[in-house]
This record gives sequence, C-alpha cells and structure tokens, in this order.
Amino acid sequence: MSKYSRRDFLKRAGACAVAGTLPISLVEVAFGNSDPKNFTFAFISDSHITQTKGDNFVENWDRGLRRAVAECNLLDPRPDFILYGGDIAQLGKPEEIDHGLEILAGLRGDVHYVMGEHDYYLDLGEHWRKRLGPERYSFDHKGVHFVVLNSILTYPEWTHKAWDSGMQRMLQMARLDNPHGSPFMVGDEQRQWLKEDLAKVDKRTPVVVFSHSPIQKIYKGWNFWTDDAEQVQAMLKPFDKATVIYGHVHQIQYNQIDNISFHAVMATAWPWPYPSTYKQAESHLAKLTVPMNRADPFFERDATGWQFIDMHSGNVDMRYVLPGNASRRVAFDEKAGRPMDTRHQDPASRIPPQNHY
Amino acid sequence: MKHRLLAIPLLLVGLNPSLSALADEFDADDLKRWQAGFMSAVKSGEKLFHGGIKNPNTMSCDQCHPNAANTHPETYPKFQQQLGKVAVLGEMINWCIRNPLKGKPLALDSDDMAALQAYITWERRGVKLAPGKH
Repeated sequence: MSKYSRRDFLKRAGACAVAGTLPISLVEVAFGNSDPKNFTFAFISDSHITQTKGDNFVENWDRGLRRAVAECNLLDPRPDFILYGGDIAQLGKPEEIDHGLEILAGLRGDVHYVMGEHDYYLDLGEHWRKRLGPERYSFDHKGVHFVVLNSILTYPEWTHKAWDSGMQRMLQMARLDNPHGSPFMVGDEQRQWLKEDLAKVDKRTPVVVFSHSPIQKIYKGWNFWTDDAEQVQAMLKPFDKATVIYGHVHQIQYNQIDNISFHAVMATAWPWPYPSTYKQAESHLAKLTVPMNRADPFFERDATGWQFIDMHSGNVDMRYVLPGNASRRVAFDEKAGRPMDTRHQDPASRIPPQNHY
Repeated sequence: MKHRLLAIPLLLVGLNPSLSALADEFDADDLKRWQAGFMSAVKSGEKLFHGGIKNPNTMSCDQCHPNAANTHPETYPKFQQQLGKVAVLGEMINWCIRNPLKGKPLALDSDDMAALQAYITWERRGVKLAPGKH
C-alpha cells in the first residue's frame, strides 16, 4: 500500500488542468493488491511527430504526445517504468525524432523504446540508435522477463532495392495501404538472438514481448502483420504466461493464441479504422476484440490515447486512457484463460459507437 | 450504329460521331470507353488521396483513411450532427482539407473533387446505400 491516500492523490491531481481525464479508478486497483511483486507501467505509442518546415511541426500530433506525457506524469504512485511503442517520427527525420524525444524527456521515470517503421526506413534506424541505443534488448523486473524486438524489418531485397534515396524508401513504407510495400518481420538473425535470450529464462517466469507490429497475422494489406509471427509464437509457447504488446495499429485489439495474450495500444496521434471496414479485402481481427469507439473527427484527440498496465497476476491488465471517453479496461480473465473487456465483453453491453461500418 | 450516322442531318456530322449517337443506343466499345473514363478519375483521385493535395501540414487523406476506409460514402447525404445540417460527402472532404490538413477547400464541382469522390466510392463498391445512417 502506498503512503499516499486517495484524498492526497485527488488533491494533487486537482491542481492540474488535465486532471478531469485522469482515470482515478485505475490507481485504486493498482493500490489494491498487496503482493510486493505487483507493479504497474505506462505505455505511450505512435506519436508520428511531423516536421512541416524548419522548426514547425504538425501541432495536432505534438498536442497528442504532450497530453499523454502530462497525464502519465500525474499517475501516483508512479509506474515502475514507461514503454514507448514506436513511431516517434512520421518520416524518420532526425528533426522529428529529436523533437519527439524532447517532449518525451518530460516524462518522470525510465523509458524503454521500441523501433517503429516510421523511425527506421529513412536511415535504417541510424539516428534512432544514436539517440536511444540498440533496438533489441531484454530486461528483468520484479520477476517478469521483458523483451523488446525490432519487428518492422522486412525482406532485404526490398530494403536494399535501388532506391533514389532513403526518403523514397521511407515514403513507400509510410503509406499504410501501399500495394508496393513489404511485410514486416523479426528476421532470422533476431529470432536466433531471441532463442538464446529466452533459453536463460525459467519457463514459470512470465514473459512480456514488446514489438511495434503485431506478432500475429491480422491484415497483410496494411501490415497489421508480422511475416514470421508463427515462428516467434513457437518460442513463447513453452512459457506458462506470455504476452505480446504492440503498437502500429492505432486501435484497441486483443487476442489469445494458446498461452500467448496479445494487446495492442492506442496512438497519441490519430486512430486507424479496423481492417474489416475495408470491404474489398478479407482480414482476421480476433473475434474476441470489442472495438474501440468510432472516432469523431471533430474532436482531434478522439480515439487516441495511452495505457496504464497492471502486472499484478503476471498477466496484463490493460487500462486504455481515452481523452473525452470513458477508460476501457481489458484484463486477463483467469477463468476464461484470455483477455476480456471488463465492461463491454458481453454483446449486450456494447454501445452504439462500437459498431464500425 | 455507325452506319445510321449517315442518315442524320449534315449539321451533326461535323461533331464527334460517338457523342452524336442516338440517345438510347450505345455499344460495348462505348461502355468500355466510359468505364475507362471513370477509372481514370478513380486513379487521379487515388493520387490526390495519397499526398496529391498540397497543404501546410504535409498530411494526406490516407494517413487516417487507408484504402479510403472509414469515410462511409454510402451514408451521404446525412445529418452531420457536428455541423448541425445535412451535408454531402464533398463537404466532409472539404472539412478534412480545411481542418486536419489546414489546406484550401476544393470547389464542389471541380475535377479534383469529382476524382476524390470517384476513388472513395470505388473503394466502397458493393456496400448497400444507407443515406442518413450515422
């Protein structure tokens, strides 16, 4: 139990202009468990900071990231660390990565970063690496093994085509619906590294993998996809509890494949439609997922957000903090053996904005 | 059809014969040509949609609407509650150009507006009309 009472918390939060959006009930749940191993972390992703000219950046995207940072800083007690899920930049420019990191520098706490395709395909991650270090690593925290992968690599024939420039390659990869794009993958070399990394971990240790793309196959046309997903999943199968948390899709998704739970996170920049709303192609979003609310374009932060994650069971209890909307909570249900929305899972509890067409 | 043209008044012979055919008569070649005309609008609409609209925010329509998804052209015209009136699809396209893009709206009867709507509607082909649906 924290030394801070709920009243103290409210007093502090009240001092801040954005307090109205803070999901206070989330904090209570985090307090609620008394196992010393329990901990929480926050997750911010997909800011797509865009330079327009010189020192000018698209203000909408700046505002999204600033808001997430400000709200995250109000969490009390503090999350143990913060994850950034990739795509700081829109076109991988050093100016964009630097500007994004300047805003993220306002976060109170340690931040771990995941590489996104928008950070990578201009200079193959050179500037990102210079600022943030290696793009694949693992760390242990309070009995959980965390792995960060660069899952947005692709076939070398595509990456090393005779491009006119890195920017030409970046622009091709930046277009989500590009018929001339190339599927994401973790790749042989990194899978070998993962195999060696996981070999050192006891199978009873909960494992959480952070990747930018889903390590599952949802819709290839928009790269909601990782080409070698099954091979990575096979490496997670021997563990009692495994979870993959990914960015890229800018929407609520969750799934369970055997022992592996999957959770997507929101973007701070803009939401994406569900692939099923594109009527000319088939897609495979898990039936389990109760969709996020349809976005109202007239409210620029609608259907964006960030996350607060409770690891109290060794499984993920994901709270989506959604500006102007009620928070959503998707938690692992021990009885069902899969993540469930704690309020809307039952079809009778759905609300009209969750219908997409 | 082409033979019949000989019978029509001299006045019309100087015009493009395909345009001066009798109103209810056309053949497979005409259909093909008209379809090609439409598809060329779809193609230029696709280009406009993917970065072809110059704007100070350097944004493009597909950034939020891959394959024009989540534009639901089949629901227009509809009561656009945020505008408090019935709007046509073109007005919503201009809303996006003016707001997220911070660009200049297109004339509703311009070629570019027609092309954008051709692309958006083509990506939605097969979906039942649902005017007014929110």
